[in-house]
Amino acid sequence: MTENQIIPDLRIRLYKSMVLTRKFEEKIMDLSQEPGRMPGMQILANGQEAVATGMVSALEPEDVIISNHRSHGHLLARGADLNSLMAEIMAKETGVNGGKAGTLHLSVPDLNVLMTSTVVGAGPPLALGAAFAQQYKKTTGITVVFFGDGAAAEGSVHEAMNLAGVWKLPLLFVCENNCWAGAQRPEEHCATPHIFQRAKGYDMPGRSVDGNDVEAVYNLGVELVEYCRSGKGPALMEALTYRMRGHGEQDRQHYVDPKELESWAAKCPILGYRQKLLDGGVLNQAQIQAIDQDAEARVAAAAAFGDESPYPGPETVLTDVFVQPPSA
Amino acid sequence: MSEKTFGQALNEALTIAMEIDKNVFIAGEGVGVSIHQDPNTATHGLLEKFGRRRVKDTPVSEAAIAGLALGASCMGLRPVVEIMFFPFITLASDMLVNHAGKLRYMSGGKSSFPLTVRVRAGLGFGAGSQHSQNLESWIAHSPGLKIVWPATPEDAKGLLLSAIFDPDPVIVVEDMMLNQMPGDVPTGDVRTPLGKARLVSPGTDCTLVAYGTALYTVMEALKPLGEQGISCEVIDLRSLVPLDKACILDSVRKTGRLVVVHEANRFCGFGAELAAMVADEAFDALKGPVKRVGAPQIPVPTAPPHENIFKPGPEEVVTAVREAMGK
Ligand SMILES: Cc1ncc(C[n+]2csc(CCOP(=O)(O)OP(=O)(O)O)c2C)c(N)n1
Ligand SMILES: [Mg+2]
Repeated sequence: MTENQIIPDLRIRLYKSMVLTRKFEEKIMDLSQEPGRMPGMQILANGQEAVATGMVSALEPEDVIISNHRSHGHLLARGADLNSLMAEIMAKETGVNGGKAGTLHLSVPDLNVLMTSTVVGAGPPLALGAAFAQQYKKTTGITVVFFGDGAAAEGSVHEAMNLAGVWKLPLLFVCENNCWAGAQRPEEHCATPHIFQRAKGYDMPGRSVDGNDVEAVYNLGVELVEYCRSGKGPALMEALTYRMRGHGEQDRQHYVDPKELESWAAKCPILGYRQKLLDGGVLNQAQIQAIDQDAEARVAAAAAFGDESPYPGPETVLTDVFVQPPSA
Repeated sequence: MSEKTFGQALNEALTIAMEIDKNVFIAGEGVGVSIHQDPNTATHGLLEKFGRRRVKDTPVSEAAIAGLALGASCMGLRPVVEIMFFPFITLASDMLVNHAGKLRYMSGGKSSFPLTVRVRAGLGFGAGSQHSQNLESWIAHSPGLKIVWPATPEDAKGLLLSAIFDPDPVIVVEDMMLNQMPGDVPTGDVRTPLGKARLVSPGTDCTLVAYGTALYTVMEALKPLGEQGISCEVIDLRSLVPLDKACILDSVRKTGRLVVVHEANRFCGFGAELAAMVADEAFDALKGPVKRVGAPQIPVPTAPPHENIFKPGPEEVVTAVREAMGK
């Protein structure tokens, strides 16, 4: 697929999805300033919107997504309901998981966002199983797993890649290299500078892409999804991007060079794309404004919905451990 | 003596150990450069003090971190490695359970593994079950591993120092909820021996055993219990393996009753071992049922009210003691 094949409609969808994600997370940022408002660790993907939007937009509804602790963008790009997502992030009863996931373990199985793990490196083996089921059932679906540059150092990731390679599973590994794993830089935790090159060792295609260019991510996503869907086996995408916030909202980034932050701010995936769409006549200023306002209104409504919702009550604390609780 | 927080006390233990023994090094995710800038964390400032040779930031690779400790300890170094949150010890568990706990035995006593694993634990920060789960009974059940759980700044320092200089693998559980807690800490290389419980307050009607933050839940229960005319003897276990059986048995022989309190799930929790031990060795002294206070058999919940239900509170301690008293 070449860039020209991206029709204006799709461009607008990509843009809107990134804007929505940014505004949604900015709302979480604001709410996190108020003590007690957002329980748990709020982990945002500010600056990484193009990876989530571009990649998820390249999928079909039947495709499965496995996510990690930095999941909001993946879910929003998939079209998750804003209200129940925000409510879940606040651990409220009306949340998509009834307040049992909180911000870190969100899953929307109805949308095939099947599982989210905050255990770094756990996603790839989980995804291996999902992709195996797809192959076993002879469906045309594939599985995409998002993981970080830090996660790439976990043994579980290597095990999953190797087995997916041996069994030629329809599994797309997407490494979001955001230049940080906590306070550690890739050169401290990764023996080679390019994670995508590891693909060679597992007999799968490995490609890198500018993770701040939504169309580039989309295009490579489409190509690799097609490859996985065709039955040829797994593939690895490394999207180079940057974590603009701290690891979580309590992290003040004392270890980050402000100049580096500035240089990446200039490469903002949303601002860059906005300019491109304006220049290309795909959107005008009024439309840009309308998109912003629409996203803000939806996010505000979601936050209000979450705020008004109660926490789950005591009657659900013991439920859901088993499908069928063992009889006493 | 000087006043220090729990976290500062841990930090002092690491500093002293590194100063007195050049074979001590520390490793883990963010032990050098951390996302936190909190002087109340154990490894704060150590990179600046001791440099990169001895303070090793690692990749997110728990199996490798634990393996590093095993191999290096067998070569005569004294590694002190960190597992960021207790549930992630599962990723290191092959190295710890299948190796650290077994290799000395299988070498016929020829090899030893003087390593320390610091594990950060805690409930109550809303992060949910993949960051909060107390797995002490898993470790205690695995032969060849020692495990200690300090509740005061003094013991945080003293037990960590003992662990580092112990000739065997020791897991030190650090309750994150206690990090900011101040207390008197002795100056210098003062160690709390492994395997020695601490009698916190004497009493006559019922023995209460707890460790870590659960100790403070117990302390909160003492007032209402006292008002009801019940006098409790409180023991801070400090060390699960080796276990100070004598301290518990002596106390139960005196009071005739035992209530064990921990934040881990009650089912198959460490309290079950203590209950069984007392039933076994002090049955004649018991005047009532041995009770255990612990969490329900569910993953640690995320929503604050659910997490509150999960975490055993002082009311549950009061109820358990009353039940032990037949009230
Ligand atoms: C097994 C495990 N070890 C450690 C952690 C703590 N932790 C959470 S995120 C993280 C860094 C992960 O970096 P990366 O995979 O690059 O993802 P990013 O946070 O940059 O999105 C660490 C160490 C964890 N959640 N799971
Ligand atoms: Mg990263």
